[in-house]
Amino acid sequence: MQDFGAAFRLAGHLLVSGDPDLLEIVARSLAVSLGAVLVACLIGLPLGALIGFLRFPGRRAIVVFLNALMGLPPVVIGLLVYMMLSRAGPLGPLGLLYTPTAMVIAQAVLVTPLVAALARQTVETLAAEYDEYFQSLAVPWHAALGALLWDGRSALVTVALAGFGRAIAEVGAVIIVGGNIDHLTRVMTTAIALETSKGDLALALALGMVLILLSVGVNAAVMGVRSRAVEAGHG
Amino acid sequence: MADGTLPPVLTSSHPIGGLTPLRMTGVRLVRKGQVLLNIEDLTIGSAGVTVLLGPNGAGKSLLLRVADGLVRPDAGAVTWGGLAPDGTVRRRIGFVFQQPVLLRRSVRANLKFAMGISGLWDRRKADRALEDAGLAGLGDRPARVLSGGERQRLALARALVLDPEVLLLDEPTASLDPAAVAAVEGMIGRAVARGLKVVLVTHDIGQARRLADEVIFLHRGQITEQAAARLFFADPRSAAAKAYLSGLLIP
Ligand SMILES: Nc1ncnc2c1ncn2[C@@H]1O[C@H](COP(=O)(O)OP(=O)(O)O)[C@@H](O)[C@H]1O
Ligand SMILES: [Mg+2]
Repeated sequence: MQDFGAAFRLAGHLLVSGDPDLLEIVARSLAVSLGAVLVACLIGLPLGALIGFLRFPGRRAIVVFLNALMGLPPVVIGLLVYMMLSRAGPLGPLGLLYTPTAMVIAQAVLVTPLVAALARQTVETLAAEYDEYFQSLAVPWHAALGALLWDGRSALVTVALAGFGRAIAEVGAVIIVGGNIDHLTRVMTTAIALETSKGDLALALALGMVLILLSVGVNAAVMGVRSRAVEAGHG
Repeated sequence: MADGTLPPVLTSSHPIGGLTPLRMTGVRLVRKGQVLLNIEDLTIGSAGVTVLLGPNGAGKSLLLRVADGLVRPDAGAVTWGGLAPDGTVRRRIGFVFQQPVLLRRSVRANLKFAMGISGLWDRRKADRALEDAGLAGLGDRPARVLSGGERQRLALARALVLDPEVLLLDEPTASLDPAAVAAVEGMIGRAVARGLKVVLVTHDIGQARRLADEVIFLHRGQITEQAAARLFFADPRSAAAKAYLSGLLIP
């Protein structure tokens, strides 16, 4: 029977004193997940917007496929990215396995379908709303797409935030391709898993609290963006 | 307008290469085996207000969409001054939908977008258009928080500011209270006084009486008659129009 009370006190102390190990792990988590979301947005937002905007044969199937990809478990993505990056894999020569870059790649692969699927939905809804008006004005396609992205911007920002929320909280993908190496690839979720299994609950709890704060922060940001958008009339 | 006579066709303000007359010949639109539109021969001239009158479901909105090239008929031809309604022609025609599509932006940004598409953004012109619509103080307001009447006036102002040669209006006052109706009809009247050709869809007999120079009565996708407004209201020829004017429920 461990002393949970002591663990909580120690966790609080780690947080308040700004323990360097803890800060390092938090910073790495943020860097990896923000990097992954940036990549995912660069690919997923235009991809989703185009799928939501264009009409082409096979579009329905692509939408179904995209929605299915959204639900892939992180460990499966970790496994696939591991196979790509491992020495025998096609990207093996790059030597990226067990580096933060590998973790960014894995989380980007994880989050891109989510970003693309949500962006597709946002743009498609707005496109349906604007369609006839744009036709009556003979709006060129690039101006139409630009207007859809601009008027859907707050929804698209919440899409990016949702992507960040999924990336920062996942453990399966980063542990496989990052390996949870101290001072190199250890992030909040993998550290929590490791420290808990070692029985060192203080650091795990402290990191858990940071994760919860981050997730509350992301949700608050989403709500803030939404209500400001509604006030500004583009929600 | 509404002075009881049909103005002569040749007084168009766009005499050369103008979009009028609108002509439809042999236009048929069939969906699921149902003939929604069957227009053998229709000509709408350049002057005043032509009102498309008819009960709900007669095909008035469809006719307007077919005229603007938004819906392609299964058969027949639509021409504006001899030109098919492609994108270029469509930009010279204003269209205000029954449920106006307002961009999720400010009132002024709605005008700016429409004017920008044709490359003629002009802030002072936009402000004049807002003033004419009674929206002068609302330029920075999000368009989607406007009242029903304000929304219709914005949609109308956004169409008018592009200086269209023809304006197509689909039930622009269908869900408005009398004061809001008067405001919208005032805008239409001022535009017509400046020489704009208007084709207005309504199921409202009172509105048709107030605005129409010419009436086209549509029933079950067919035109049962087309006449100068004064003649139409004094002595409707078709049984469907007679019944409609007398307040009977026509099937
Ligand atoms: N896209 C469509 N597909 C099938 N039927 C339609 C379509 N649009 C309209 N209709 C039908 O055509 C008829 C005429 O519609 P509409 O032009 O909207 O009537 P109105 O404007 O005179 O009230 C209605 O019965 C409507 O259900
Ligand atoms: Mg209608």
